[in-house]
Amino acid sequence: MLKQKLQDVLNEPGCTTNQAKSTQDRRKGCSAKALVPGAAAGGCAFDGAKVALQPIADAAHLVHGPIACEGNSWDSRHAASSGPRLYRTGLTTDLQELDIIHGGEKKLFRAIGEVIGRFNPPAVFVYQTCVPALIGDDLVKVCGLAQARFGTPVIPVNAPGFVGTKNLGNKLGGEALLDYVIGTREPEHTTPTDINVLGEYNVAGELWQVTPLFERLGIRLLASITGDGRYHDVCCAHRARVNMMVCSQALINLARKMEERWGIPYFEGSFYGIGDTSEALTTIARLLIERGAPADLLTRTEALIAEEEARAWTRLARYRPALEGKRVLLYTGGVKSWSVISALREMGMIVIGTSVRKSTETDKVRARELLGPDAKLFDQIPAREMYRMLQAGDADILISGGRTQFTALKARVPWLDINQERHHAYAGYDGMVEMVRQIHQELTNPIWEQVRRPAPWEDGGEGGLRRPGALPLDPTGANGPGPRSLEAGSGHG
Amino acid sequence: MAEIIEHPRKAAAINPLKTSGPLGAALAFLGLDACQPLFHGSQGCTAFALVLMVRHFREAIPLQTTAMNEISTILGGAEHVEQAIANIHQRARPRVIGLCTTGLTETRGEDMVGDLKLMKARHPEWHDLSVVFAPTPDYIGGFQDGWAIAVQAMVETLVPENDPGLSVRGATAGAQVNLLAGSHLTPGDLEVLRETVESFGLTPVILPDLSGSLDGHVPDRYIPHTLGGTRLEEIRTMGRSVHTLALGEHMRGAAEALEARTGVAFTLFDHLIGLAANDRLVALLAELSGRPVPAMLRRRRSQLVDAMLDGHFPFAGQRAAIAAEPDLLLALSSLLAGLGCTVPITVTTAASPVLSRVPAGRVIIGDLDDLERAAGGCTLLVTHAQGAGIAKRLGIPLFRAGFPLFDRLGAAHRVTVGYRGSRDLIFEIGNIFLDHRSEPLPGHHPHHEEDDDDRISSQAAAG
Repeated sequence: MLKQKLQDVLNEPGCTTNQAKSTQDRRKGCSAKALVPGAAAGGCAFDGAKVALQPIADAAHLVHGPIACEGNSWDSRHAASSGPRLYRTGLTTDLQELDIIHGGEKKLFRAIGEVIGRFNPPAVFVYQTCVPALIGDDLVKVCGLAQARFGTPVIPVNAPGFVGTKNLGNKLGGEALLDYVIGTREPEHTTPTDINVLGEYNVAGELWQVTPLFERLGIRLLASITGDGRYHDVCCAHRARVNMMVCSQALINLARKMEERWGIPYFEGSFYGIGDTSEALTTIARLLIERGAPADLLTRTEALIAEEEARAWTRLARYRPALEGKRVLLYTGGVKSWSVISALREMGMIVIGTSVRKSTETDKVRARELLGPDAKLFDQIPAREMYRMLQAGDADILISGGRTQFTALKARVPWLDINQERHHAYAGYDGMVEMVRQIHQELTNPIWEQVRRPAPWEDGGEGGLRRPGALPLDPTGANGPGPRSLEAGSGHG
Repeated sequence: MAEIIEHPRKAAAINPLKTSGPLGAALAFLGLDACQPLFHGSQGCTAFALVLMVRHFREAIPLQTTAMNEISTILGGAEHVEQAIANIHQRARPRVIGLCTTGLTETRGEDMVGDLKLMKARHPEWHDLSVVFAPTPDYIGGFQDGWAIAVQAMVETLVPENDPGLSVRGATAGAQVNLLAGSHLTPGDLEVLRETVESFGLTPVILPDLSGSLDGHVPDRYIPHTLGGTRLEEIRTMGRSVHTLALGEHMRGAAEALEARTGVAFTLFDHLIGLAANDRLVALLAELSGRPVPAMLRRRRSQLVDAMLDGHFPFAGQRAAIAAEPDLLLALSSLLAGLGCTVPITVTTAASPVLSRVPAGRVIIGDLDDLERAAGGCTLLVTHAQGAGIAKRLGIPLFRAGFPLFDRLGAAHRVTVGYRGSRDLIFEIGNIFLDHRSEPLPGHHPHHEEDDDDRISSQAAAG
């Protein structure tokens, strides 16, 4: 059954990346390259499924596996909740050797019972992992029995790590919602402006930079899938008029199948960047009107966009003098890059290169148009090469994910986190201002000049005593004399 | 002393205390110079372990994966191991690869030792590469146990067996001493231990030595594997040392293996926190070196005694709840109990011979939820970073100890061993107690007289 599901997900017709591939490549799955032993990076399918579903904040999330899967990772994803905290509780069957020998099904059943008895959650999501999948624990059956016994929805999430990448796991998480959650309840009422947002996980509270805009337009977020999500809301998501798909690579299957089953049109949009935010709001308004929302929604949206854009640009203007001409190396995947690039260019910054590893051919053409002929489009930059570029001073700042953080820092180059683990929210108009503020703060931090200065007794490659004029010391002497000054003084004599 | 409680009937672990064995093994391998640890499992096993270590140390961590998939899981993963080693050898040129299995590959069951032999025969170009194999199924034990397996594997793979006829041991100045370092020691701790051993004119070989590799230095070039840590050349001389200090009960296996291979006898230290443990260490070093205890150490001992005199006031009558891996639990509970604090409740990750010696009311082999449910009425929580939420919910101050400490800067540099480390630890915890002294209120005298009963009866028994 899992095999069939995988075939289905890997053949996603809604995915442009997928459709651009040959039949043979498509069979290999979603990652740009097959995983190479000894040279692979990134999470597994279980990780991806957990990323996609765990933000449902009032549900319990129980991991069926040995300690590594949950013990090494619990409460490490920074999806924020406005209320319930249960999703941050680490729950696992912590399988032991005897469980492996005897099978883990009974332990899982008891664990589900314990979790329900203790926390009384609206639902329990149960995640399969490699070891129980290998010994043949029937996750679907146990969840079904537990649901019948305890009377609480128990949702099997069948994405053991070895089936593939994190991205594939995102999609399998989406499949679990389609199979067991969405459409199982009805909302108390509906409105002509009900929408769902798919693939936005409220990392660092980014959803909350956007929801006030919806509220001002009278657009109701029926279900957030899944950032700051609630189980009941997700159950009712099939009654929305429009689906906005934020991270297309992650939940495209969900969007397309919701259109197929419930006739909900979807579009791919982004809340990163000013232009992209405006475009997303306009598209939502247009699609809602097509589905019966009042026609004035579009004019109201346009008015809000004009106001917000003007406000954002005014706020951004103050950073421009310090940022103008600064060179950025942007190393992040997919759709995020384009949105960010336009904002950086508005600040007068020069993007010397960007990664296009998760991008389609169309994306690459778009990047080329945006960046001009001088910028480099990288597929993957090996750490060694990136370190060389940064140390050579090719860029003034690296904007990337945590994986390359220390490549930048060890080269003593400013760095800004733009991936999942970030602590600042960069969505919507306010978010873009925040991102530029953070770039400014990082670039102008006084440490860079201090940490790049060699120790007074180091010769910086010239050897022996140096001419005073060549000393890389603060010419004002503000940092105190130190032994070097004495040495320099004797040089004068 | 303590009542030990296992939770065989509890099916769901809630807020795990435990991290995985392969993670501990990987960290041990990171204490070798020019090493690249490799997990034989699906790529998620590596990703989770990697992220946790990066967050704790704030360093890039070299850790690779054999990237097992559905097909290789069914047909066998030896090919993936071979490919991974070949790729790593070619790209990163490490001198050692630390190969750790995971739950996935151990469940399937592979003859890794046999497979590795065949691979090495097929790859003459690997002649300058040592592969150390640590069998670490995720479903047995935790972090500390994986670390222990890895260190024992290092000894068995990298230390040559001594010719029993050739004995070069003797109490001579300039002699070499082995330190088998447990997982509860930080790079900062190891730095101090190295200095202490050297102050007797002895040369320490620390295995594994995180103080070389994960001490937060800024190298001037890009290195794809560890930089610093125990060098292979040093490991090969361990059989010529005069003695081995095994630091932590979980280093016993490695120490015994070393003795069996080389005849070098060992002394085991449960931990090196507090006066008695450090006196024992210093006396042994004096004996091994034949030198008097340096003035610097005598002065530091005196400072620790003074810290205990000053510090016992805020400690006395406090109630601490501690959750940590067995050896760290013994160290911390001994310090706290030794200053007059009671430790009614502790939680640990796995069975260990040291648990019966933990000076606490109860030792639960369980999770942080067990700690949360039993810690009511305590005045201090001691556990790793994942305890922050519990401390907040219970309104009890938290002293962070163990792994991971992802919400603290300088986790690698925190020193708690030696006279000075113990002194500072007393100050740090004592200051927490001083910060949370309750104001006197009419009619409210929160004494726990049952604790006094325990102490009176235990003193009576001892007398």
